[in-house]
Amino acid sequence: MAVIARAKDASTSELKKKSLVPYFLLAPGLIWLSLFFVAPIITLVGTATKTPGAGIGEFVQTYRWANYWDAITGSAGQFGRSFLYATIATLIALAIAYPLAYGIAFKSGKYKNILLVLVVAPFFCSFILRTIAWKQILGQNGPVFRLLLDLHLATPMTHLTASPSAVIIGLAYNFLPFMTLPLYGSLERIDPRVLEASGDLYANAFTTFRRVTVPLSMPGVVAGTLLTFIPAAGDYVNAEILGNPSTKMIGNVINAQFLNTQDYPLAASLSFILMIIISVLVMVYIRKAGTEELV
Amino acid sequence: MTQMSDSNLSGNNDLLAQLESTSKAFLSRRALLAGAGGAAAASMINVVGLEGLDMAQAAGGKVRWANWGLYLDFDNKTKKYPTLEAFQKKTGIKATYQEAIDDNDTFTAKVSPQLRLKKDIGYDVVTMTEWKAAQWLASGFVQKFDDAAIPNKKNILPSLLNRPFDSGRHYSLPWAGIIAGIAWSKSALPKGLKTLDDLFAPGNKGRIEVLSEMRDTIGLIMLWQGVDISKPFTDTQFQKAVDFIQKKIKDGYIRQVKGQSYAEDLISGDAVAVIGWSGDINQLNLQNGNRFGFAVPESGGTFSTDNLMIASTSPNKAAAEALINYYYDPAVAATVANYITYICPVNGAQEAMAKINPKQVNNPLIFPTDAMWKNLKVFRELNPVDTAKYAKSFQKAIGNG
Repeated sequence: MAVIARAKDASTSELKKKSLVPYFLLAPGLIWLSLFFVAPIITLVGTATKTPGAGIGEFVQTYRWANYWDAITGSAGQFGRSFLYATIATLIALAIAYPLAYGIAFKSGKYKNILLVLVVAPFFCSFILRTIAWKQILGQNGPVFRLLLDLHLATPMTHLTASPSAVIIGLAYNFLPFMTLPLYGSLERIDPRVLEASGDLYANAFTTFRRVTVPLSMPGVVAGTLLTFIPAAGDYVNAEILGNPSTKMIGNVINAQFLNTQDYPLAASLSFILMIIISVLVMVYIRKAGTEELV
Repeated sequence: MTQMSDSNLSGNNDLLAQLESTSKAFLSRRALLAGAGGAAAASMINVVGLEGLDMAQAAGGKVRWANWGLYLDFDNKTKKYPTLEAFQKKTGIKATYQEAIDDNDTFTAKVSPQLRLKKDIGYDVVTMTEWKAAQWLASGFVQKFDDAAIPNKKNILPSLLNRPFDSGRHYSLPWAGIIAGIAWSKSALPKGLKTLDDLFAPGNKGRIEVLSEMRDTIGLIMLWQGVDISKPFTDTQFQKAVDFIQKKIKDGYIRQVKGQSYAEDLISGDAVAVIGWSGDINQLNLQNGNRFGFAVPESGGTFSTDNLMIASTSPNKAAAEALINYYYDPAVAATVANYITYICPVNGAQEAMAKINPKQVNNPLIFPTDAMWKNLKVFRELNPVDTAKYAKSFQKAIGNG
């Protein structure tokens, strides 16, 4: 009996030990998060309510919460533009990436791996260089504009870069792999027998696609659109390189307030507001789209 | 006050710092050879003994210099900077040169947090435009020169030595004088530009670029609108120029507002008419065949200087001073001026230029004539409140807020 009791004791104390293990395992992550996420956010919120001090770039804490309101009203245009451009770019990326991912998942055969590598290949080159490349491709002496000139679709007075469409094209291009890979992930997982079954039930190819393939690929669509929209909304490189002063996005304002006018509180409040708006949009979107099968 | 005591301290520590940096450089080489820690420690004893002998011969050490693009003589064949190579050979100081500056504001914003924390910014010598140099001085970001280490200071043009922001020039010395004016691509505009009306002509719509340097872009426009920017002006007069820029952006005339990278757009043909800097255009012509023109508008151009300063965080003050001193030698200054074609701040360089490149002796962009000087204005010094206010208003006009 005593032996059994002792064995029981041992197992409960082991259980107790085990129940602490998850927390130990979580600790590195929690410490990381509090150091590199929570602490910066607190500083950010704190910086946002400061007002100018004695020297340039020096600020004192006065808890001026109106800074947030000033930031919203002062840059409403750029906020609106950021979300508009990001939305359009996301839709373009989805329209390009869906057939691409579908093709790779179902039709590529032995070339599947090569095609996947090609999707990721642009990442081997710097983001900024790729954007500057677009500037040259679409530029006044670039191949695209030359062709349009020869076809009399453009005049020397028009231009492709330094325009909203160039910025949107840049955004859609730069974040395309973020859209393609999750889409491929969920399309590839679809059991072909399900598609066959749909055919057996007299659905034609289009109906199968609409009622079977699309619903099953929704997790990929949700993940892809999020991964594209979020960085696109906060991006400033594309607007800086491919845009003009009238296509500036909120990222450009934050950059200029931080580096040019050195108004750190304004830059901080703009960053915080951007973060809040994106979080709310994402939450609403996920509520609507569902996350059960989110990859 | 802190600035003074700091500089005194660093003065005393000069020799120490120098010793330390040279022996460190030596040690690391030795350590590399020795491979093992124990061997390295053993060789350190050796090094100290050796260094004592070396010190008398050459100062050695290193200096890291941040400058603007196209701002030092460059040999396209060897991909080296000839005057800087000669300096290294002469002094044994290892000089690292980086075209790290594209805009006064952005460069300062990048390094100022480290300067405030007194952490090395990675550069010993920085080159800032006069108005920004004044801010560096006011913030205590620079070290006071040891005048004895820069005997060539006597060669500097008197008009550039006495500037209100640093009277006596104990913290900054002029690297070059800059003129902002108008430039154009000759193939697109064979007739050239004479005034700002020509610049903003309907034919250039969508292919005009202006500088992100507020004092140059707004300065030129204010001069054109009849305001003397070197004397006190009103907010309304300033705003009128800002409104003009904003309207030209809105109407699609101005393609982009940029730092020095406007040069790339002139080459690619994306821009055909710009507000730009005199020397840039000359250098573009050297590298790309004589394709571009530059003029000071009839209504006047802006003048300023870029200034060499030693960062407060620099551990290599002596080497930095040696570098600065070297570039005020008339022959060296003429070599640089021949290449960068900005206003040369050194007396005697015009005579030296006769030997280097006789064609440049009478170039008014390097050695301005009295008539040229008369057409150039310096943007007046702004107090911190106006600086912030005008900067905000300008940034808003160019879409950043």
